[in-house]
Amino acid sequence: MFHSVRKGAVPGSLKVLLSAMACWLPLATALAEDVGQYVSKSCAGCHALTQAEIKNADVSERARRKGPPLYYAGDKFKQKWLERWLAKPVRLRPAGSFPPDHTIVTDDGDVIDRATLKDHLALPAGKTKLVAGYLMGLHMGDKPLLNSQYKPKKISKMLGSMDFNKFKGCSACHRDAADNGGVSGPELYTAWSRMQPEFLISYIKDPVAWDVHTMMPDKHLKEKEIHKLVDYLKLIGEAAQ
Amino acid sequence: MNNRIFLALSSLTILANFAYAGSPPADAIRGKTLYKIYCTQCHGLEGDGYGINVADMEVLPRDHTETKEMKTRTDKDLFKAIKFGGKAIDKSVLMPNWDGNLSDRQIDDLVEYLRVLCCTKTGK
Ligand code: HEC
Ligand code: HEC
Ligand code: HEC
Repeated sequence: MFHSVRKGAVPGSLKVLLSAMACWLPLATALAEDVGQYVSKSCAGCHALTQAEIKNADVSERARRKGPPLYYAGDKFKQKWLERWLAKPVRLRPAGSFPPDHTIVTDDGDVIDRATLKDHLALPAGKTKLVAGYLMGLHMGDKPLLNSQYKPKKISKMLGSMDFNKFKGCSACHRDAADNGGVSGPELYTAWSRMQPEFLISYIKDPVAWDVHTMMPDKHLKEKEIHKLVDYLKLIGEAAQ
Repeated sequence: MNNRIFLALSSLTILANFAYAGSPPADAIRGKTLYKIYCTQCHGLEGDGYGINVADMEVLPRDHTETKEMKTRTDKDLFKAIKFGGKAIDKSVLMPNWDGNLSDRQIDDLVEYLRVLCCTKTGK
């Protein structure tokens, strides 16, 4: 890195700056490596940190997943939310990472077997910012998926809800309120504070591009229809905050 | 022998005994895995239509173990329902289209498995 800068070409003031950076950089790199190692050690057992782990496996991989993929964390999360959640995690998927693992058959139909759902580990206060920062550096980066140029518009709660529940059938798998909707997908009444708007749009448009074995169907929705659904997620998300 | 392989082999034999003398039962076994991942959330672990999602649903998912009703559907009907979803067959949008997620080959495997589920003893 610095060896490639020819000595004579560096003005004095810059030289001072560079040498200051040179002693600071190794420290920063060491810290980053530590976080990387920490995440590999503590998180990779349940979370895919590279796309290849999922893409190169056959579909039965989805049934063995112990946690949602994190290889696109930097495209997905709002950093503030991530920091808060890592310190104080709360349940997002009512039936866990792979719902059939947490389901029992009863005379009243299938129900969630809550006893099998475990609380997520909480990070110690000193680690949350570092780990969140590291995760925000993970991007999928093989396709320009995030370019919808979404501009939020107003939508009434009634129309948005009809769209989400009746016309598009999202509520079959997702909750748009703590007490309404399906439980196999992540709750969506908190989606707005958790995820970046561009990601919401992109995932609804092409969930398979993000995760080849996603349980979320690609409904071939048009850009405009998706913007309307995200307007609704914004509305209920801001109301929930 | 590894337990898993043994289980897979013995269910292969059972399947072959009931319905698949002659045709490759591997399809239905692959179909069973796919069914667990993509379908049981609504159609239930046992395929009876009572998955964990139905509490708030306005239309109940089809009971895939209902032999009489399922026999009225051709393989083509089932394929179409899975590939293009409820809307394409004048049924509820709550039955999603899976053409963006699954290949035709995988949908064929699911149809094979539905036949085991609806109409053989192993399915029950
Ligand atoms: C024992 C398995 C396990 C380990 C170990 C684990 N997680 Fe998780 N993680 C899960 C599960 C299961 C969920 C889903 C929780 C939910 O939705 O309610 C989850 C959810 C998450 C989420 C939210 C993801 C989303 O898409 O909403 C983040 C962020 C996360 N984990 C980060 C971490 C980090 C960082 C570590 C390591 C320090 C870690 N996890 C270790 C199982 C695990
Ligand atoms: C068949 C069930 C199902 C339907 C129907 C469905 N989803 Fe999903 N969705 C999921 C699952 C499951 C996931 C998480 C991926 C996984 O676990 O494989 C998901 C993920 C998402 C995500 C990303 C959230 C995250 O935390 O990763 C968004 C946004 C989303 N769905 C929105 C929608 C919208 C909007 C609709 C209606 C057009 C919809 N979904 C319909 C099952 C469904
Ligand atoms: C989000 C919930 C949901 C999921 C996930 C789902 N289904 Fe369905 N399915 C339904 C509902 C609801 C109906 C009933 C539609 C109606 O009768 O109007 C249905 C009906 C069907 C039918 C019957 C069509 C007919 O002729 O009556 C078939 C076949 C079917 N589903 C197969 C599948 C398969 C295979 C999968 C997995 C790949 C699957 N479904 C996943 C909700 C779902």
